[in-house]
Amino acid sequence: MTDVVIVGAGQAGFQVAASLREKGHQGRVVLVGDEPGVPYQRPPLSKAYLSGALPGERLALRPQTFYDKHGIELVCGRAVGIDRDRCRVALADERELEYGHLVLTTGTRNRELPVPGAKLDGVLGLRTRADADALRERIDGARNVVVIGGGFIGLEFAASVAKLGLSVTVLEASDRLMRRAVSPAVSAHYRELHERRGTRVLFGASVVALHGGHEVTGVELADGSVLPADLVVVGIGVVPNTELAADAGLAVDDGIVVDEQMSTSDLRVSAVGDCAVYPSRHARGPLRLESVQNAVDHARCLATRLTGTAEPYASVPWFWSNQFDARLQIAGLGTDHDEAIVHGDPDAGSFSVFCFRAGRLVCVESVNRTPDHMAARKLFTAGGSLDRELLAPGFDFRQHVAAVA
Amino acid sequence: MPKITYVQQDGSAESFDVQAGMSVMEAAIEAGVGGIVAECGGNAICATCHVYVDPGQIEKLPLPQADEDAMLDNTACPRAENSRLSCQIEVTEELDSLTVTVPEEQ
Ligand SMILES: Cc1cc2nc3c(=O)[nH]c(=O)nc-3n(C[C@H](O)[C@H](O)[C@H](O)COP(=O)(O)OP(=O)(O)OC[C@H]3O[C@@H](n4cnc5c(N)ncnc54)[C@H](O)[C@@H]3O)c2cc1C
Ligand code: FES
Repeated sequence: MTDVVIVGAGQAGFQVAASLREKGHQGRVVLVGDEPGVPYQRPPLSKAYLSGALPGERLALRPQTFYDKHGIELVCGRAVGIDRDRCRVALADERELEYGHLVLTTGTRNRELPVPGAKLDGVLGLRTRADADALRERIDGARNVVVIGGGFIGLEFAASVAKLGLSVTVLEASDRLMRRAVSPAVSAHYRELHERRGTRVLFGASVVALHGGHEVTGVELADGSVLPADLVVVGIGVVPNTELAADAGLAVDDGIVVDEQMSTSDLRVSAVGDCAVYPSRHARGPLRLESVQNAVDHARCLATRLTGTAEPYASVPWFWSNQFDARLQIAGLGTDHDEAIVHGDPDAGSFSVFCFRAGRLVCVESVNRTPDHMAARKLFTAGGSLDRELLAPGFDFRQHVAAVA
Repeated sequence: MPKITYVQQDGSAESFDVQAGMSVMEAAIEAGVGGIVAECGGNAICATCHVYVDPGQIEKLPLPQADEDAMLDNTACPRAENSRLSCQIEVTEELDSLTVTVPEEQ
């Protein structure tokens, strides 16, 4: 039986290990991670964990006993090199691990803000449990919180902090929130939601410097204005951790390049999760996604291949984000849609946006409308579309899908 | 503490004393019960914590909320009348001796 070494003990790494055992893999399974403790969930870091509603013990994906019971070896260390000829991974402390198959699940790291002052005290990112703990400590004494970047993580953070009663300013460089990921209707809805809770949102805001001596005191914008700040959270996107793969001569193109079965060009090396670029049926081209669904389904697909039956990856992408009491769920891929139809009642806080590309339904964004979301996942899995003419008031998408899919 | 029993497809069963306030899903994860994936960590959003509640005990549970009801339409194993998302079942003293069966697939 092949010994599998997995580098990166996050959502994807954990799932590869767990699914290998579930599917009967008998060889060694070694999970190498550079963060302390057992692998944990990231989504609550900007939501329930940040606000204190979820205790730290419940962050773990599984307790230590799970790894013991299933013979999954957790190794704490940082992988610094891959010797593909000798099938060995080198760790920073000079240990070496021999593999029959190597899986890279190195994820991403936060993009750094390229301006003076970005390293001042009180300027933080949010990616790891350590980041969340540092933020929690700072939130207590903070008076002026500035969030740089109006994407999912920045907004979830802003919502969690606004709920604690702090005043927050969100700076967004573009002209709407979550621009990369959602339609204008959803952006507008969330803007209103945040503003209603007292959060200030500034668009077209370009940060040129952070002020302060040791601690941050202000954020300077391109127009010369300076916003007072004693806590700055930077959420301007991520960079995939591909150095290990690139140094080992594997193809990298905004992610570790893999085929439909998550294999790199070296048959003994695979990559899954946030760090992998794969040929997506839904994007009709190479895609790198940052979501729990993507990490878990990639991992399951790979474990299936490594234990016998190969199937090309075909899962429907889906994603969620919680901000205040609005639950956003996205099914499919909405990038480059050319038509968006709002269905339901945005004013009442429950609606879906149906996004079409060339007349074909490619994405459904639902706000507090889980039935639509689940129906969309079902429809996309079945390969179906929707006649846009049906989207009249009173149309029940769930019933429709139950009848056709 | 209320006792919860998890039955696998092969008929094997494990019982655990669970602290009230935890969900049936969380208790399963903590105890290492197989077959409960819980991809979304209890957000009623992934439908991978599906269980079948003992039919004789289903009346003890409050009816599913709309979100849970919609999720149950898309479970990997067919939905039955006693299908529930284990992350949405909060363990209380009244649920002592609750028995749930883990489906073949999530
Ligand atoms: C605050 C926050 C909120 C989120 N909310 C949501 C949400 O609501 N819904 C959703 O779907 N997704 C959400 N996500 C995204 C989701 O968490 C990621 O898509 C998912 O964790 C990706 O899993 P992964 O295993 O690919 O990467 P990660 O979970 O990032 O794991 C990678 C691991 O590899 C380690 N590593 C990297 N290089 C090395 C090395 N050389 N040696 C050893 N270890 C290494 C890293 O330290 C890390 O622990 C959120 C993410 C964050 C940060
Ligand atoms: S854990 Fe995801 S629905 Fe229950």
